[in-house]
Amino acid sequence: MDGSVRKTPLYDEHVALGARMVDFAGWQMPVQYTGIIEEHNAVRSGVGIFDVSHMGEFRFFGAEAETGLQRIITNDLAKLSHVGDALYTAMCDEDGGIIDDLIVYRSGDLEFLVVANAANRETDWDWITAHLPESVEAVDESDRTALIAVQGPGALAVVGELAEASWSPPDRFELNEVDLGTVGALAARTGYTGEDGIEVFCHASNAVALWRLLLSFPEVVPCGLGSRDTLRLEMGYPLYGSDMDRGVDPISAALGWVVPSTKSGFIGAEAIGRIRDGGPATRLVGLTVAEGVPRHGYGVLHEGVMVGKVASGTFSPTLGHGIATAYVPSALAGEGTPLEIEIRRKVVPAVVTRPPFVKNTSLSAIRS
Amino acid sequence: MYPKDLKYDREHEWVRAEGDVATIGISFFAQDQLGEVVYVDLPSAGDSVTAGVSFGEVESVKSVSELFSPVTGEIVEVNDALSDSPETVNEDCYGEGWMIKVRLSDTSQVDGLMDADGYQEFLAEEA
Repeated sequence: MDGSVRKTPLYDEHVALGARMVDFAGWQMPVQYTGIIEEHNAVRSGVGIFDVSHMGEFRFFGAEAETGLQRIITNDLAKLSHVGDALYTAMCDEDGGIIDDLIVYRSGDLEFLVVANAANRETDWDWITAHLPESVEAVDESDRTALIAVQGPGALAVVGELAEASWSPPDRFELNEVDLGTVGALAARTGYTGEDGIEVFCHASNAVALWRLLLSFPEVVPCGLGSRDTLRLEMGYPLYGSDMDRGVDPISAALGWVVPSTKSGFIGAEAIGRIRDGGPATRLVGLTVAEGVPRHGYGVLHEGVMVGKVASGTFSPTLGHGIATAYVPSALAGEGTPLEIEIRRKVVPAVVTRPPFVKNTSLSAIRS
Repeated sequence: MYPKDLKYDREHEWVRAEGDVATIGISFFAQDQLGEVVYVDLPSAGDSVTAGVSFGEVESVKSVSELFSPVTGEIVEVNDALSDSPETVNEDCYGEGWMIKVRLSDTSQVDGLMDADGYQEFLAEEA
């Protein structure tokens, strides 16, 4: 990536709203508008919107697109039985190292839409296109696509009010077409907050109109990356670069569920199979602390001996205490195992906790 | 945002001197930069503090900052209410959000701190 600072189509909107802007993976992004906790609570109890246009969108067309992608991702594309279906997956190298985590949509009969992390856009594009059959047409739509996540128990009502009368929301992890005012868009029932909601893909030239349309509802709160991080960590959703990277495999990263044991023939399958059979040396676990805020890189101890480092850590606004993830030896990964975290000068007790840390959200309601 | 009757230091603490007791907190700028405060870690009454030396920590969702004492002396009172209501630091940084009261070893040390105008000039230079 070159050193220039990238901006989403909504940059000027964020500045006009008084957002505090930060560099994230080379992008100027809002970390907060009024306050992380305020924005966090808006999503847990109402509706928040996030600009996530920095993420990558790739489209793949052709008769061999399905078999080609099936070889590249760990999860099973055959689960996408209908146009509009989506799945969450890892994409690994031959050693099982995680290149990225992705959402793959069956967006047409012979067509797939892949959504990638902003920091990995170039890496993913190069990897995928290098490993697809030549007959597959690949289009990087990232620059021309804006993505706005509408999240919270009130999200569907807001999107529904803007949509044409005949629109009905897609089911969880599905996608459909929608007109929001004059803006043609794709509506995906996905998100990274643990709340119900819709992620709206539209053309970059329509992003400002859509953003303003959403903010015309008094209950809709603009939210930054700060609350996106606290919301996702309360659910135990991993963040690429903190909770996983090329150095770890999906089994160790607690993503075994996106590597069906029935699937073979994908890149990394043998290496991941060996780790699954032998058991990983370390595992990503959730940790709860009563006191202080654990942060990335802090030491994790067992009976005073350093056994790992905090991967992600924050103060949970919903629970009112610190939560974290960390790689620890598998023998210490059992729920309830007492550990400690070194929070600067203090060593505080921590307990292995199975995520999600926060359980009764609007998403858990539609799942049950 | 920067009351005239207070003194300020370069670490963004404020001091309200009354006789030989100084009340200490963090400035509007400091609490705004931190964002919503979730923990305040303070020493105990009877402990001594030294000008320029850390006496505690204030922590928000996103970051943590050390608290540096603007003065030298002995702590006579600590704002214990902040352990239950740390958000008071954001809501009322010069009032209910105060942190410690210190009996000054020498009352003249306050004279060396910045007044409100000087602090605002300092902030403008920092920005």
